[in-house]
Formats: sequence, structure tokens, C-alpha cells
Amino acid sequence: MSGLEDLYREIILDHYRTPRNRGQLEVPPAHKVEGFNPLCGDEITVYVDTDGEKVTDVRIDGQGCSISQASASMMTNAIKGRTFTEISELTRAFKSMMSIHENEIGGEGEPGTDSTGDAPAAPDGVRLGDLEALRGVVKFPVRIKCATLAWNTLAQAIDEARSDGGASPGSS
Amino acid sequence: MTTAAELDVAAVKADFPIFDRCCDPDRPLVFLDSAASSQKPRQVVEAMSDFYETTYANVHRGVYRIAEAATNIMEAGRRTVAGFIGAPRPEEIIFTKNATEALNLVARSWGGANLGPGDAVVLTQMEHHANIVPWQILAAEKGFEIRWIPVRADGYLDLTELDRLLDGAAMMSVTAMSNVLGTIPPLDAMIAAARAAGALVMLDACQYVPHLPTDVSSLDADFIAFSGHKMLGPTGVGVLWGRSELLDDMPPFLGGGGMILDVTQEGFRADAIPAKFEAGTPPITEIVGLAAAVDYLGELGMDRVRRHEVSLTAYALRTLTERLGERLTIHGPSEPADRGGVLSLDLAGVHPHDLSQVLDQHNVCVRPGHHCAKPLMRVLGVGATARASLYVYNDESDVDALADALVDAGEFFAF
Repeated sequence: MSGLEDLYREIILDHYRTPRNRGQLEVPPAHKVEGFNPLCGDEITVYVDTDGEKVTDVRIDGQGCSISQASASMMTNAIKGRTFTEISELTRAFKSMMSIHENEIGGEGEPGTDSTGDAPAAPDGVRLGDLEALRGVVKFPVRIKCATLAWNTLAQAIDEARSDGGASPGSS
Repeated sequence: MTTAAELDVAAVKADFPIFDRCCDPDRPLVFLDSAASSQKPRQVVEAMSDFYETTYANVHRGVYRIAEAATNIMEAGRRTVAGFIGAPRPEEIIFTKNATEALNLVARSWGGANLGPGDAVVLTQMEHHANIVPWQILAAEKGFEIRWIPVRADGYLDLTELDRLLDGAAMMSVTAMSNVLGTIPPLDAMIAAARAAGALVMLDACQYVPHLPTDVSSLDADFIAFSGHKMLGPTGVGVLWGRSELLDDMPPFLGGGGMILDVTQEGFRADAIPAKFEAGTPPITEIVGLAAAVDYLGELGMDRVRRHEVSLTAYALRTLTERLGERLTIHGPSEPADRGGVLSLDLAGVHPHDLSQVLDQHNVCVRPGHHCAKPLMRVLGVGATARASLYVYNDESDVDALADALVDAGEFFAF
């Protein structure tokens, strides 16, 4: 089963089996946004508490495949306590890692030598840490949407938190 | 014609070039996703390329010879399809772009003209979104009620309240075979109950017409929708059959060229069926391909196709249960005679998306997801399943390969 180990790294399976920050937060004060992957039926709910500048707490609810669940779980670890700006940079770095193949026509493998912060569009100093384990997903293009579902949903939750500061119902 | 021998799957398979030419030299292609779209025999591909290379022109327009020939070939295709489903009149066959459009056509045209507050449309909980959302769109405009025939945990419909659900209903629109569970409802009894209640009947027959002998006269439905690409034909063509007396009275669906008798600044006069419902250039070559697919299935014999699939489904239910044991749930009826060869699988501890990924490493093609039946998924209490579906080119070796791959996936994701 060549290739599968690239996709299903042990740390991914660990987050899938034991998801971190799973559950719900009280709304309000938390912001809650639901995300869907209409192709495969994955549904994720992201709850964030913010203090106006950073995410003070986060929970994930819903269901999905190992890639979407592990990505969401790792994401919560990576963003808790971080400022909106830091999260935005991290998101950009993560998505850049996910779409590396689009800039690499005919290429193969990874362009970088170091496995941290080498994504082309990543802002300086952004470390993806455990999230690097998801790099193998780019070899399975249909799964990229699984990996980015939680991140897109998070971005929406933070947008809502920034724009109204108050509670918002779940959307879309 | 269909009583003598059983289906010769090896000979059938040899007619499908993809099994020779795709895609992994080390492993055979185990194609178990025909419920989404079937593969195409060379007879269909050749009919389409021959038509393009020798006869192609737009239809119902030109007076030159190949235009006339193209028109004749397309209309012969209509008669072929009509004969295949026992339609009394070829003009009752409306070609659409797919079954979804056929279902929307009836909802919009018949439903738009006939449904209003106080009316009800009866569906089942195991409908494909294509037989749900068109009614929901229309209900938001017209204010009628949608009622649901429940599905039991064992995959059968719960018909205990059917008469009450049908009371006062104008339409019962139901699947003839579930694309998730394989369930074939007791259509005769349900249609008789709908008739007794004065409701019209539409069947979403996308998973039925490709797999079972179909005779619209004996089924006694009013409308039947199905798609070409699930029955060995090309994408881009679907079929609506309807009773001519209903179709005659229905307003047009799409407006445009080809569907009018006259147009003035003040308005238009619609043409007779089938032209009334076939605005614009039809999928000419696709209709030619569909007719070739129908001819191919006719030669196999639909009774023989059905027997093959019942037998292979029985083998699959037995084999998968033996090999995977308690860890594997196969949704849907356990009795092969009550179902088609659609096996929605749930392997404990392995999400269907991950399962399908591992199966792909074995060159086993199945489909993960909600299969465009999210209300049913909610009833089953699952977000998704991995669906393996069987057709004329599948045999026991495909089922064995699926079982091997499932065992492998179970080990890979062992907790």
C-alpha cells in the first residue's frame, strides 16, 4: 500500500483517534460556525471565544474523515491563545502547504529541505509544527478539501467575531 | 431470449475497453461505482463516433440528406427507448439532459400548474436530492405540504401509515430503487394505494431501469425518470416518460427553439409532445449512444441481468459478512430479492472517506459520501457510507477483491 503512509502519518491517526479540544462552547459569548464539505458529507462546527484580539478558547464538533478531524484537532492546538494576525498567517502558511502542487507542474516531492516554514508563500517565522504531518495530503488532491475544512470554518468564525464583537448564530 | 443461459460476465467484460486499458498494470480495475455512473461498452462508443463521422447534423431543421438521416436516427433512438420500457407511444419519451432535469420538469411544469396551499406531495425518506429539492423549491413558492414515508432501520420502507400519508395527496414521487440502500419498494402496492387516494405517481427510476426489466404499462405509474449514463449510455442524456394525456396538458418547462408552433410579439404557441419539452438542440449523439446502450442491454436480456445481480448481491452479502464479521455494517435489506446490488458499507473505526482511499490503493473503486441522500443519512444516523455497486461486468472476483481490500483497510486503521 505504497503512499498511504505518506497520507496517514502516525500523528494524524493519533489526532483522529484522540481529538483535542473536542466539544462545544457556550454561545454567546462564543461564536459558532458550521462548515460543510458537500461532496463527502463532512460537517464541522467551530466554536471560538475571543477577547477582541486573540482566540482565547476553541472547540470542534461534528464528524468527518481522519484527515478533516486530525486537521481540525491540530488546528485547535495551534491557534489557542494566538492573535487574529498570527492565526491569519498560520492559515496562509497551512493553505500554502496544501496547494503546493498547483505551483509545481511536472514537479514531484517537496521543494524545501527543512520541514518547517518552507512553504513558498508562508510569512517569515511561521512554524507549522505538527501540522507539517498533513503535507502528504497534497499528493491526494481530492483530500485537500478535507484538510482545509476546519480552517475555512475557523476563518469565518473569526471574521464574525471581529465584525460584530457579539454573539452570532451559526451560519450556512 | 432471456431464459437459457446465465449472463456470461467474461464476455460482457470484454466489451468494455476500460478494463483492458485502465490504469494500473499490476492490478485489475475493480469498478464498483456503477450506481454513480456505469462504464461504456465499445458498442456505445462506436455508435457515437460512427454517427459523428458519417451522419452528424442538427435535427428537425435541415432539408439536406444527412440532416434528415440524423433526425431519423435520433427518432429511431426514441422508439428504441420507448420499446425498452414498454411505453405505448414514442412521443411519450422526453429526452432531457439527465434524470435530474426530468424530475425538475415534472415538478415545475405539472407541479407549478397543479399544486397550491392545501395540497401534498408524498416522498420517501430515501429519496435522492434530485427528487427532494425540486419539490422543496416549488413548495416554497406554492405553499403545499411535503410528506415523508419513513424508512426503517432494516432498510425497508415503513408503509403502515401509507394510506394516511396519501390522504389528500396530489402526487407520490418515490424512488423505484434506493441509490444508497438498494431497497426496491413494493411498487405495485404503493402505486395501487396512491391510485386509490387519487394521487399521481412519479418514479425516480435511475437505479431501476438499468438493472430490472421495466414495463411502464404494468407498473401503472404516471411519470418515470431515468438517466442514460447509469445504463451503459453516455452522460448528457436523461429520459422522462409520462402518460401522453398528462404531458399534453402540461405547460412547457424550458422555452426556446424547437418547442413552438408559432411565436409573435404577443406570445407563443407550444408544439405537441415530445417537442414541447425539448427546447433547444437536443443531445443528439448522446441519444444515439443511449439507443446503442439499450440495444446492448436488450441483447443481454434484462431478466438475465436481474438474475445475475441478485445472485452476485447474495454472494457479496455472504462473503463480506464472513470476511469482515461484526465490524462491517451493510445497510439495506438483507434479502437479495428485495434489493439491487448497491451495498452501503460502514466499517467500524474507519471513516468512509478513508476507507475509499485505502480501497483505491487496491484499484477498487467505491464511492464515499452521503450519495445525495442527506435526509436518509440522518435517518440512518451516519454522516456518510462507502458504497459499492454492482453491474453487468462485475463478478465474484470483484467482490473478493473488495473483501480483501476491506480486510486490509481494517488492519491499517486498527485501533
